[in-house]
Amino acid sequence: MRFLFKTSYEQDIRLAKHGGHVFWYGLLCLALVAAPWVAPEYWLAQLTFVLIYAIVGLGLMLLAGFTGQFSLGHAAFLGVGAYTQAVLTGLGWPFALSLACAAGLSAAVGVVVGLPALRVKGIYLGMATLSFGFIVEEVFARWESVTGGNSGKHLVPPQIAGYSFESTESFYFLCLVIAVLCTLAILNLLRSPTGRAFVAIRDSEISAQSMGIHLARYKTLSFSLSAALAGIGGALYAHKLQFISPDQFNILQSIDLLLMIVIGGLGSVHGAFLGAIFLISMPQLIALGKDWLPDSIGQSPGLQSVVYGAVLVAFVLFEPMGLYGRWLKVRTWLQMFPFYRKGMFKRQKSFQKSDRLK
Amino acid sequence: MQFVQLLISGVSQGCIYGLIALGFVLIYKATETVSFAQGELMMLGAFCGLALMTVLGFPFWVAVLASILAMGLFGVVLERAVIRPILGQPAFSIVMLTIGIGYVLRGLVTMIPNIGTETHTLPVPYKDMSFRLGALVLNAEQLVVIGATAVLCVLLFAMFRYSKLGIAMQASSQNQLAAYYMGIPVQRLNGLAWGLAAAVAAVAGLLLAPITFVHANMGLIGLKAFPAAVVGGFGSLPGAIVGGLVIGIVESLSGFYLPDGFKDTAAYIVVLVMLMVKPNGLFGEKLRKKV
Amino acid sequence: MTSDDDLLLSAQGLSVRFGGVLAVNNVSFDVRRGEVFTLIGPNGAGKTTVFNLISRIYTPTTGTIAYAGPGGAMLPLSTQPPHKVAGLGIARTFQNIELFEHASVLHNLLIGRHTRRETGLWAEMFFTRKVRDAEVRAREKAEQVIDFLDLQHYRDTLVAGLPYGVRKVVELARALCTEPQLLLLDEPSSGLNVEETDDMAFWIQDIQHELGITVLMVEHDMSLVSKVSDRVLAMNQGEVVALGTPREVQTHPGVVEAYLGTIDDVSSLRRPPGNAGSGLGVRA
Repeated sequence: MRFLFKTSYEQDIRLAKHGGHVFWYGLLCLALVAAPWVAPEYWLAQLTFVLIYAIVGLGLMLLAGFTGQFSLGHAAFLGVGAYTQAVLTGLGWPFALSLACAAGLSAAVGVVVGLPALRVKGIYLGMATLSFGFIVEEVFARWESVTGGNSGKHLVPPQIAGYSFESTESFYFLCLVIAVLCTLAILNLLRSPTGRAFVAIRDSEISAQSMGIHLARYKTLSFSLSAALAGIGGALYAHKLQFISPDQFNILQSIDLLLMIVIGGLGSVHGAFLGAIFLISMPQLIALGKDWLPDSIGQSPGLQSVVYGAVLVAFVLFEPMGLYGRWLKVRTWLQMFPFYRKGMFKRQKSFQKSDRLK
Repeated sequence: MQFVQLLISGVSQGCIYGLIALGFVLIYKATETVSFAQGELMMLGAFCGLALMTVLGFPFWVAVLASILAMGLFGVVLERAVIRPILGQPAFSIVMLTIGIGYVLRGLVTMIPNIGTETHTLPVPYKDMSFRLGALVLNAEQLVVIGATAVLCVLLFAMFRYSKLGIAMQASSQNQLAAYYMGIPVQRLNGLAWGLAAAVAAVAGLLLAPITFVHANMGLIGLKAFPAAVVGGFGSLPGAIVGGLVIGIVESLSGFYLPDGFKDTAAYIVVLVMLMVKPNGLFGEKLRKKV
Repeated sequence: MTSDDDLLLSAQGLSVRFGGVLAVNNVSFDVRRGEVFTLIGPNGAGKTTVFNLISRIYTPTTGTIAYAGPGGAMLPLSTQPPHKVAGLGIARTFQNIELFEHASVLHNLLIGRHTRRETGLWAEMFFTRKVRDAEVRAREKAEQVIDFLDLQHYRDTLVAGLPYGVRKVVELARALCTEPQLLLLDEPSSGLNVEETDDMAFWIQDIQHELGITVLMVEHDMSLVSKVSDRVLAMNQGEVVALGTPREVQTHPGVVEAYLGTIDDVSSLRRPPGNAGSGLGVRA
């Protein structure tokens, strides 16, 4: 068991709280950097997808997990980022500038989508974001002069200063760098006043106001940051697939993103990454499992739906803290062995607290 | 004339939205959870009716009543098995749970060999019938939808207003703890609310089936029913129906008078306008936390 | 007698109407710098409503509230949005404890430092030297409050797991972290046992004398009120009944009537003669 003896405030403020953190995360970084030489190309491509989805997941986690704002149409921001990148790089703009514009435009759309958040909460906000999601998807399909409509749009590989990131390895490194930067930015935000303001809004709006937190400003900020991250993820997503079309950014994609953060563990940065790993590996696992099942089940088109649904239901019922929560419990068990008590993480079952009076 | 024709088809479509929205609002009023599984329950109800009518060969009315009862029972079981254990969790998680349930139901139906992946017609006695009223052509299916919705609304209104059960349900939705203290069997009532919502969804499914045919993706209409519930105000039962009618009519008219693409998004544009103008919907209540 | 410099808050003719209910009716009072001013009254008298008017959760239907802002000049409070109130130096606690449940005690206190933040979004994303130093300073201030209220033991505990008495103290701590001029305490001793109430009384006195903060509080516990208050305002049914020192107000007939009701005919309470041992009624 690890006892932390603190001698300065710096220890509480810095990101790596003790030697163990430094060791394990250092190892992780090493593994990620070494991946292109170790992993076969297919798995490297999947890892790239994990990083891209993790960036989007970070954004959604910030909005839903840390600020407590429902967003059921997040795929819209993904799409805005993707299409902006497609259009601008298609016009010959440099990659970095297009990426910045994709993030910026997504952020702007995020501000617009966040406007209802200033007036409504909970399910109403969810409905507003859902509606925006549908409308944006329709705009992608109809605005053919810009987006190419339902026939989609092609992209060229990203180029920085003449070097083209065509290969899987180089693109992987690009995504890795961007993912690390985004994660650090979010972690920094969470340990400073802005991040704390977000958490305050989630837990008690009236209290937050009386502490001087300008609700409208921070809610809008949360929406736009979340959208900007989704926009960055969308731009990278577009480059990875090299082809985008409106139906990739529909309600099912939005639900996938939500699935990712709920299963990953709502309210933690780790959750975004664990959720992304889950989301990308799920189809692989289903494909593997198909061979073991009788044909009528294994080959049926409904199998994916059932598995996704069942896993989601199982997590909400049995592990509401998500994968990260389960990991915390395992780690605590290992740390405290043999003194771990079954009730340590027991959630106090309360009566349905009325959301209407929040 | 075209206008009235569009109006009628809008009203009948709106009734379907309204019925599904009614299910949402029932569950929301009772347990303050939002159920994204209503669309799939509707689809299941339609399939149930189909199975009873075609596979088991029940006569029409028997099949209809049996499916409604079966779905009601299914709703109660669903609540007991899956919803009750998670009461107290944040609303967001519960929404995700119901989305998961929807996925599972849709997947399971799709997996049924032969039947799941195809589109079927429901053999209703009033199929393909229509009436002429002057220059208007009225489809029997649409009329049945409107009529059945009206009857259902009257029944539900009577139940909530005059029966002990209805009043108890209202009480437990406003203050669960107090309801417990008054000896109201809150958990059983929650189960009943879910059962009722599932039964209403089944009715919606059976009414919709002759118009759109029975297939596994029927449930996606449920997504349009949400705007209906929001427009009406999420805590209000008559609001759900009115909201549904508004959405249905707007959709029908915009499909004809506005350029392509507006028909699908009309419902959502209405929601956004409503949330800007009257955030709690037409009949919703604005409650404020007392500190 | 009191110069204008002494005046911190001045409420004139405050009225608030909710639908058909007149919750507060023509309430006027002044709060002087450095005093402990208490609002008392039976439940439903409108005391918390007055608090909510001051912290701008409600807007008065008529009447004004003037507050001596940081510059010294009296500003009208009714035009300020709710989130500006903390920046002006007014902090409050809530009757039903509105803490941030999923954060630790320290986290809650640091959120209380929000009005003193010195850095913006971009600097925070890069966590520059300036942000780091500001964080350390905020932490130092929070630690001072933790020391003051003896919360060291609970520093890293999630609020959701804390007992009620401790939560009340954390609410107070969080309010103190905003370094206010005026502290609004809504029923600080409700739900606390005798020891905890005594602690609260000492803390209120320390807040007044050591920290120089003016305290406006709503309270039901009359012993606490007498112990710490300089002046008391008694309210009933939204109106002012009496204003003065604790002793003056406690003996004011209007206040007695509000709490106890009037008994014109005491004889009805007398036991009928010959019914020995019934044990009921008042001995004359």
